[in-house]
Amino acid sequence: MSMTLERSGVRMASPDRPLEYSRPLESTRIFGFWLFMATDMLLFACLFATYLILVTHTDGGPTARDLFDVPGFTAETLILLTSSFTGGLATYAMRRRRLGLTLSLLAVTMLLGIAFVSFEASEFIHYAHIGATWQRSAFLSAFFTLVGTHGSHVSLGIVWMLSIMIQLARRGLTPVTARKVFIVNLYWHFLDVVWVFIFTVVYLMGVM
Amino acid sequence: MLSALKQFGDTYLMWQEGPLIWISDILILVTLIAIVAALTYFKKWKWLWKEWLTTVDHKKIGIMYLICALLMFFRGGVDGLLMRTQLAFPNNTFLDAEHYDQIFTTHGTIMILFMAMPFIFALFNIAVPLQIGARDVAFPYLNAISFWLFFFAALLFNIAFVFGGSPDAGWTSYPPLTELGFDPGPGENFYLLSLQISGIGTIATGINFIATILKCRAPGMTLMRMPLFTWAVLASSIIILSVFPALTVALALLMLDRIFGTHFFTILHGGNPMMFVNLFWVWGHPEVYIVVLVAFGVYSEVVATFSRKRIFGYASMVASLMAITVVGDITWVHHFFTMGAGPDVNSFFAVTTMMVGIPTGVKIFNWLMTMYQGRIRLTLPMLWTLAFIACFVIAGATGVMLAAAPADYQFHNSYFLVAHFHQALIGGVVFGMLAGMYYWWPKMFGFKLDERLGRWAFWLYNIGFYVCFMPQYALGLMGMQRRMYTYPAGMGWGTLNFVSTIGAYMMGVAFLVIVAQVLYSIKYGERDVTGDPWDGRTLEWSLPSPVPHYNFAVIPTVTGRDMWWTLKQEGRTEELRPRPEDIRDVHMPKNSGRPFLMGVAFFVAGLGFCFWWYGLAVLGLLGVAACLLLRSFEYDDEHEIPAEEIRHVEASLGRL
Repeated sequence: MSMTLERSGVRMASPDRPLEYSRPLESTRIFGFWLFMATDMLLFACLFATYLILVTHTDGGPTARDLFDVPGFTAETLILLTSSFTGGLATYAMRRRRLGLTLSLLAVTMLLGIAFVSFEASEFIHYAHIGATWQRSAFLSAFFTLVGTHGSHVSLGIVWMLSIMIQLARRGLTPVTARKVFIVNLYWHFLDVVWVFIFTVVYLMGVM
Repeated sequence: MLSALKQFGDTYLMWQEGPLIWISDILILVTLIAIVAALTYFKKWKWLWKEWLTTVDHKKIGIMYLICALLMFFRGGVDGLLMRTQLAFPNNTFLDAEHYDQIFTTHGTIMILFMAMPFIFALFNIAVPLQIGARDVAFPYLNAISFWLFFFAALLFNIAFVFGGSPDAGWTSYPPLTELGFDPGPGENFYLLSLQISGIGTIATGINFIATILKCRAPGMTLMRMPLFTWAVLASSIIILSVFPALTVALALLMLDRIFGTHFFTILHGGNPMMFVNLFWVWGHPEVYIVVLVAFGVYSEVVATFSRKRIFGYASMVASLMAITVVGDITWVHHFFTMGAGPDVNSFFAVTTMMVGIPTGVKIFNWLMTMYQGRIRLTLPMLWTLAFIACFVIAGATGVMLAAAPADYQFHNSYFLVAHFHQALIGGVVFGMLAGMYYWWPKMFGFKLDERLGRWAFWLYNIGFYVCFMPQYALGLMGMQRRMYTYPAGMGWGTLNFVSTIGAYMMGVAFLVIVAQVLYSIKYGERDVTGDPWDGRTLEWSLPSPVPHYNFAVIPTVTGRDMWWTLKQEGRTEELRPRPEDIRDVHMPKNSGRPFLMGVAFFVAGLGFCFWWYGLAVLGLLGVAACLLLRSFEYDDEHEIPAEEIRHVEASLGRL
């Protein structure tokens, strides 16, 4: 199974490494995913820059202070941070080879993710109802695009996590499934970090 | 029925536009029928699918990139000749303004994104795994996805010509001109979506090659023992990772403006068009380094090989590559000094721009010092490299002139600029790609390209280049602006424009000579029976040509830089021959048709968004999602090549 490094001649992997790193190919894939996250981080950086330029361009429409609801975005933040914690616990359980616990923690993470996305969707729908659509002003275009890109990342993560749970349930913990659990949680933490910046730069600075 | 057909023909196929479109339609149709007929007649459909469309082998993917790059070179070149024909005389009416706009847009976009990019990826794929002693790239399946995304994006972009209309707002596509209100119709959407789709593939390629170079090197191949071409690919991939996200965002936001009516770059409702210009050039300027650093890598290999000397100043070569990687990312504002950001901002970017000249100068001197007292052989790759040095030094000098912000207010958007960037991109990149093609051609196909025809092409192209572009510097200083479709007779620009057009046609003829050279050499080219036709220095020349699909029967243990050369000098080449008892079973990834289908799905989605046909767009995106999910559930994606088979292949190549 170990392909890439074996193909380049490095044959054996050390058995005392964590399961997801135990085969060279899986370790290379994790490295590749870190590289992907670097580009994704830069993508968000560009969206943040765009938002910061346009935040004052409200064209006489609703401003950040008019719109943002402190209890609402605080709840979203708490839910997402908690889901990141349970995701971390899932990786921990996976490393201790506890399949059932891993699956249930992933399920909790996924449910929290669904809750987060629902909150965000209802927030967006509410804004649209009061006329704050993304066609209204450059500020709102930038707001919906930045926060929406994060939200669609989370939505994709939910589907991805579900597919990995199915694979995990079918195949148990192998170096391959362990690597998948590890990567999806890396992704989830990454989205959490991005959210911390959205929380600060968009919401907190918006209502200050 | 008939009126519906006419309606369709006029709206989407642009049949009211006249004979140019009709001729193109007929030519495309005839070519398609010929291809289908040939494949059917020679019973090659299965071969095409099994050997090429589903392959994950980096060598085959490299060859497919090369073929596409040459085809796109032809298309972009024809666009260039059409423009030069229109400009040959004052008040010419060969093209009208609208067609001229479309043609300079497709010329620029194709040459950068659908010619230069696949050309560098061709060389990435062909050379890197062989140079570092690997059996494939880190993620072969992803590599195939990258290729097919590029392929279908290029198809999407090219199809616009006869289906819906080409984009016409320049390859830079600045808003507000590109906003829906000023540029209705699907043309601009074709630009946005095809670049977006190929951009995804490009980012994947960047990730793939960084992972390959950092994780898949043969034992003993330390970073500072890597060939300079591999270093150049690493530098280029790092830049891809750093700047392509900015392009993704710029294109996505403009698409949201056009499709969903947001206000990022509109004048109304608080949008800011200059933000697009910034995001675009945050990518656009480093893009130049993405392609030119790879060409620098080729020159480093070629100069060392054909001077029969190790490269002068290896460490400084590596350092200068990395310096350009970093400094090149912070020069983008020099594309729009005239935005008026103020003296402080403009000074900063003027200085960073000039700073790029320092590491580039280091490289030029290192190449010259490598040749000094070397035993130089004037083969085709070496000729193109020598031509590059002269050409690129002029490009650098005019570049520094443009970088001086106050002077740039005079040069901005004039033919002086057009001449400068053609000199940098043709003299820097195209010469390098051709040198690389000639250099690695025998490794790919097992025969050399004919020297005599190659020299004809070389001289025609080079003389043609100077005849074409030197007058343009003067025209720029005389006040001729870029993108003007004609000019009045009294300006005194007629003669120089006519001379420039002659040069362009010489370059066109040179391209045809290269085509003839390839066709001639398939039959009569000198066969490469040793695998080392150039007396090379790096690991790829220790393998037979063409290379067996598993690359190395036994992964070599590397003991130094230019190891193959050292072993030849010391008469120890046997050490790189596989010993039968060392040959083991090899795991290789299985072929898969899914990357191809994923490209189709992206194409369908792109076409849907181009015409605001959301049903089709959703269908395409569902196809993409299905491909992703199916891949996630795929576990049995490798096959084993038994040691016996490898021994058999190696023995038949006379290597055991």
